Amino acid sequence: MTDVRTTARQTVVVTSMASDSHTWNLVFLQLLLEELGYDVVNLGPCVPDDLLVSRCAAARPAFVVVSSVNGHGHQDGLRLIGTFRSHPDLATIPVVIGGKLGVAGQDSARAWELRSAGFDEVFEEDTDPATALAAFAASLPRAVAPDRRPATLPAAR
Amino acid sequence: MSDPQQTAGFGAYVRAEAEAGRLVVQPRMGFGDPATMRAGLAATRAAAARTVGTITVDAHTRVGHLAAVESALRDGVALNGYPLVTHPVATTAEVLAGIHGPDFPVQVRHGSADPLGIFRAMLAVGLGATEGGPVSYCLPYGRTPLVESVDNWARGCELLTRLRDQGLEPHLETFGGCMLGQLCPPGQLVAISVLEALFFAQHGIRSISVSYAQQTHPGQDREALAALRRLCRELLPVSDWHIVVYAYMGLYPQTHDGAYRLLGQAAELAVDGGAQRLIVKTAAESQRIPSIEVNVRALEYAAWAARRPQLPPAGATADPEVYEEASALVGAVLDLDPDVGRALLLAFRKGYLDIPYCLHPDNRGRTRSYIDADGRLRWESTGGLPLTALPRPRRRRFGSADLLADLSYVRRKFDGSER
Repeated sequence: MTDVRTTARQTVVVTSMASDSHTWNLVFLQLLLEELGYDVVNLGPCVPDDLLVSRCAAARPAFVVVSSVNGHGHQDGLRLIGTFRSHPDLATIPVVIGGKLGVAGQDSARAWELRSAGFDEVFEEDTDPATALAAFAASLPRAVAPDRRPATLPAAR
Repeated sequence: MSDPQQTAGFGAYVRAEAEAGRLVVQPRMGFGDPATMRAGLAATRAAAARTVGTITVDAHTRVGHLAAVESALRDGVALNGYPLVTHPVATTAEVLAGIHGPDFPVQVRHGSADPLGIFRAMLAVGLGATEGGPVSYCLPYGRTPLVESVDNWARGCELLTRLRDQGLEPHLETFGGCMLGQLCPPGQLVAISVLEALFFAQHGIRSISVSYAQQTHPGQDREALAALRRLCRELLPVSDWHIVVYAYMGLYPQTHDGAYRLLGQAAELAVDGGAQRLIVKTAAESQRIPSIEVNVRALEYAAWAARRPQLPPAGATADPEVYEEASALVGAVLDLDPDVGRALLLAFRKGYLDIPYCLHPDNRGRTRSYIDADGRLRWESTGGLPLTALPRPRRRRFGSADLLADLSYVRRKFDGSER
């Protein structure tokens, strides 16, 4: 990441994962992120892992918002983040996942597992997305330093 | 609307009931377990209403992931619908035996952009009625390229016509009147429903129904049904067709009272608007897959609401706005190519059809819509749609909070205490 622009609008990728065909959550997130001052690349519903990874590698976004509401978010997210983090250009790009991540409500062990696997933040279903995403965006440095990942993650090749 | 060549089938049944002045009501229902599926069909048939049956297939079958169906069946994991392609023909024949027939036709509902496997399974058990369409089962639900969906649906229609060898007239319903469930202005819903019907007819289907989903304003919905009927009369080259209304498909009221009032209004819309069939929604819909009993209650309530003395139409319903918009869209699309499938592909490429908020790569995404102060759906921007009437954008910019408010407009209205 060498993007050190501080005045130009940064890009954020909004996406679902392979098994989820819902749209309205993604439309809402796009509008919300545009209001926070970002350009948004919205990949839409049913995005296969490979496509998500290649589009993120091309867009070099400030961060990635993964939304899942069909109850498979936990399972799909664990699979996705491994592939995502192993891409040499995506090891340090912040990724947040949120929505209805399992079929049976909230689960703190699930959120911990997703964070351990490489997500930077996990928003469970009763989180207010507007507040949570604004806080998340504000917590990020304007240009993400390449060394901010924990050492346990695979090094960029 | 009589056709001397008609044979037993879904369309003939619905039209016969309509001629007797009865609205046919239908559930959305699908269970993975054959015994439960049979019980659901039997309960639908026995309900105190004129009904047709529904077999909704599961989500894995819909996208062709048959290995996932097999492992779910093996491991006893519940499926969210009936795995029509995987269960043996003999099993499905037992599900239908003594229930499905000319006096109780059953429709297969699936949501697939590649329905050939499902259609083959239908042929094997003598089921002749299904629904969908090259646009409506492609753009809202995934990433299958529209060109592939058009090709799949063309071959699917032609496959269904082989049912005539079994003495059964295949029946296809357009899902185009329901695009994305909510927030698509009615002119475009009507246009896509009509265009999908013309596509079916061009590929050999002679018994067709055209859908329209209840939206946000009863008066505008009546105008939409009038427009749909007029365009079908003008354009459909078949005599066996009818209109099906879907009870509201967006965020549903969460109160029992609100959910039933909304369903009652859908039944009134169907009757006033001259529809012959109604697909019901249940009060449980917003939380979970409804049980058989809940479905039967919704069917009986809708049939009762359809028989209530109707109020005289509020104000003039002759406002031609929806008709003019739908007619302009259909005309512009049909002018692109004599082949309806190719015309649909060109139309989406040019933005002559453009579904607001739909994120599919083949949708231009330059249109936006909103609910005005009267509760009518309006265009915020029409992008490349070939419409001469200017959109009426609201004064301030449309943001995420406005979208949430519009998405939950009907829920708020029916859950609230007013009226």
